[in-house]
Amino acid sequence: MTPAAIDTTILAVLAPFAAAAIAPYATRLFKHNAAWALALVPAWIFFHFAGFVGPVAEGRTFVAAREWAPAYGINLSFYIDGLSTLFALLISGIGTFIILYAGGYLKGHPQQGRFFSFLFLFMGAMLGLVTGDNLITLFIFWELTSITSFLLIGFDHLRAASRRAALQALVVTGGGGLALLAGFLLIIQATGEIEMSQVLKSGDLLREHALYLPIFLLVLGGAFTKSAQFPFHFWLPNAMEAPTPVSAFLHSATMVKAGVYLLMRMHPVLGGTEAWTTVLPLFGGATLLVGTILAVRQTDLKLMLAYTTVASLGLLVMLTGTSHEKALEGAVLYLLAHSLFKGALFMVAGTIDHEAGTRDVTRLGGLRKAMPITFAAAALAGLSMSGLPPFIGFIAKEVLYYGTWGLPQGALVLTVVAVVGNALMLVIAAGVAVKPFFGPEVHTPKHAHEGPILLWAGPVVLSLTGLATALMTHATGDLLIGPMLSSLVGAPTAVELHLLPGYISAPLILSAITVALGIVLFLQLDRLRATVAAVLAAIGWGPDKGFDQAIAAIVRLSAAVTRIVQGGRMQTYMTLTFLITALAVLVPGYLADGWPALPPLPPLHFYEWAVLLIAVAGLGAVLVASTRLTAIVSLGIQGFAVAMIFMLFGAPDLSFTQFMVETLSVVILALVMTRLNLAPRDHRDAAARLFTGAIAIGVGGGLALTLMAVTQAPFDTRLSEFFSAYSRTIAHGRNIVNVIIVDFRGFDTLGEIAVVVLAGLCVLALIRIRTRPDRDVAKDVAASARRVGEAAEVH
Amino acid sequence: MRTIIFRTIAPYLAALMVLFSIFVLLRGHNEPGGGFIGGLIAASALAIYGIACGVTSVRRAIVVHPMSLSAFGLLIATLAGLPSLMMRQAFMTSQWLEVHVLGVQVDLSTPLVFDIGVYLVVVGAIGSIALALEERESD
Repeated sequence: MTPAAIDTTILAVLAPFAAAAIAPYATRLFKHNAAWALALVPAWIFFHFAGFVGPVAEGRTFVAAREWAPAYGINLSFYIDGLSTLFALLISGIGTFIILYAGGYLKGHPQQGRFFSFLFLFMGAMLGLVTGDNLITLFIFWELTSITSFLLIGFDHLRAASRRAALQALVVTGGGGLALLAGFLLIIQATGEIEMSQVLKSGDLLREHALYLPIFLLVLGGAFTKSAQFPFHFWLPNAMEAPTPVSAFLHSATMVKAGVYLLMRMHPVLGGTEAWTTVLPLFGGATLLVGTILAVRQTDLKLMLAYTTVASLGLLVMLTGTSHEKALEGAVLYLLAHSLFKGALFMVAGTIDHEAGTRDVTRLGGLRKAMPITFAAAALAGLSMSGLPPFIGFIAKEVLYYGTWGLPQGALVLTVVAVVGNALMLVIAAGVAVKPFFGPEVHTPKHAHEGPILLWAGPVVLSLTGLATALMTHATGDLLIGPMLSSLVGAPTAVELHLLPGYISAPLILSAITVALGIVLFLQLDRLRATVAAVLAAIGWGPDKGFDQAIAAIVRLSAAVTRIVQGGRMQTYMTLTFLITALAVLVPGYLADGWPALPPLPPLHFYEWAVLLIAVAGLGAVLVASTRLTAIVSLGIQGFAVAMIFMLFGAPDLSFTQFMVETLSVVILALVMTRLNLAPRDHRDAAARLFTGAIAIGVGGGLALTLMAVTQAPFDTRLSEFFSAYSRTIAHGRNIVNVIIVDFRGFDTLGEIAVVVLAGLCVLALIRIRTRPDRDVAKDVAASARRVGEAAEVH
Repeated sequence: MRTIIFRTIAPYLAALMVLFSIFVLLRGHNEPGGGFIGGLIAASALAIYGIACGVTSVRRAIVVHPMSLSAFGLLIATLAGLPSLMMRQAFMTSQWLEVHVLGVQVDLSTPLVFDIGVYLVVVGAIGSIALALEERESD
């Protein structure tokens, strides 16, 4: 590979984002046929990564990097090895057909352009995730997949179910992402490396590190939520609210496998420990069983497939969790097989829905003649999913049985789980791929006929690939499976695959049992479905319902907290603010016994005494003032006295500013007073006044004491010396104060004046609200508060 | 408030204050002063003129809405930071230009532009608050 070709990888990863930008315009120009042009982007990415297959199979790895935020060690860097190559090929290859499929599926949809955009954003995020080398970059792409899937799942945002599913997916996977970030930061801390390729070279460092358990659990938190492992499995089937092209993409190549990708990626440095080989098989196995059992209950084609995805992810996690080389090989093979057949079957399900008008398997039948091409694709993919020869699914199943059977411990348990899971998988495969096409023709809502090429191109190619990869066993093993397995094991590993087993062995017998069990169960499918439904109805509660309850509880909690913290009375806020200020300045000084010594009264000139007298007179005027307005103006006398002190002690700038601020605040306060409907006098009783007075004395006294303590501390003159030395030479100014404001710390000032503008806008808005003629703002606010309350009640 | 004396003097006073505020703004780099204080003085001028002669005449006098003045100030303060980027220096590094006008050396600089931005922001924000408060609801 030439350096230029490696560098192109950055373009390849970012290309989907560019495609996302132009997709709406292309769609406006060419309608649904824009899909043909747009699909060229993922096709190009596919061929770009295909170029890496040969070199990677020779055991080489590549890194393409650009600086991003070098001060923080964050680079836009991408790592290419066996694992990321196969994932990138799946994402871009399946992505190509998903784009075509979306062109046919959403033909004539007013938002088709936007849909293409979302799909491309999602594709780019996934590509960045699986190739990302820098841990922070990887995390950003990881969260980007959560956000883009939120957009995709909630695409049909007018339906409440879509919105709920989108929110649920975002909360679950995004929350897991935060755990992952914490895990990554710990990894960076533990290894001192920020690039994944370097972390992978750290050997046993992480496994023996004191932080291993937290790192393991946090990474698991990210991986399990993303890959819908039990008990986080509920969001994935709900994600079926998205249009079918999304489901097909999500389930076959992308997002849901991100968690599995991460576990596989981290396996060389995190795997193999006792925690790893206990937790992963446990949760993976549970997910496999829960997923297949829930799948059996469903009659909706998409939901059946969705739950089997959950199950497959469980199987992958279980196999990865064994850290046994043969089982890992099975995981890699199954991942490839699953991507191919699941993508094809989802598109088939969507086509059936599109052409026949329903996805309910009990209302479908005999479509074989009406939709021959779709049927052929479905049959091929279904056979692969069932694990029958000569398909890649069969090879995967053989290898994974070989792996589980050969485990040093827990072999029997995991093998039984795998057999039961695979048998149920066969049942669902038959349900999806056989049931709608055989039997007597059923009257469907739409008159069924074959879909256009845009709809069947994807399923046909993907299911044929499932066949081809199995027939070209050796090429598949050498070019795809071997390199990927090497990444998982962390050392060069060769694989030897056989299309058909040469002799009778344990895996073959297990396969026979699986098929037999599957066929028996399929014949009893209706009864099985009724039983599962009855059992689930008896249990009643599930994590899905739990999610709603948790969200409703959060809403109620926040409503309650708001009622307490923001009661809506200005008087309470002000009292609390000043009371806390008083405590904050008084209590620490009291506890630390840090009261300053009272300085002796310095000798004062008579004019300095005069200024002090003016200040005291102003204070007296405030206290005896009969109206609020007089009190405010009297307070201004105080401020002027302070300004004069500044002047006398050689700070003309400060004094100047103080004069102006004082004048303006008196003017503005006076103006505010005339507009508020306040009584001109203070009519509160003596107790309330005393309380307020005590707080005021507390704040004032506390601040005075703090100030005295500060002035008595030794003064560090370095800064003032720096500024007086350099303000003339560097900033060409003699006025240090102004030089600091506009030059040395100009960027701060920029932020501050931005705040001034914003504050001005807000005050203006508040005043405008007050002057709105109908004065119904208060009513509005009350009404919206009531609505929020009602919403909380409803949940 | 609207006594004859006040109303007669206010326009002259306001004009003087604005002039003074500009003087304070421009000398700020070497003598006490600067954009912030200058802005406050000008805002006071607007407030006094408004109290004496009504908000409508102030708005007529300054032509644009004070808030747009403020936003414009923020804009040119930000722009003042850009020339340094063209010199491949950090954002807001000050740039100086010496110009000779009628034989007198005048230093023009990006901090001056920045200070003018600060001045406009302060005049606009404080002024618009003051004017909005002075405006009677019946206006």
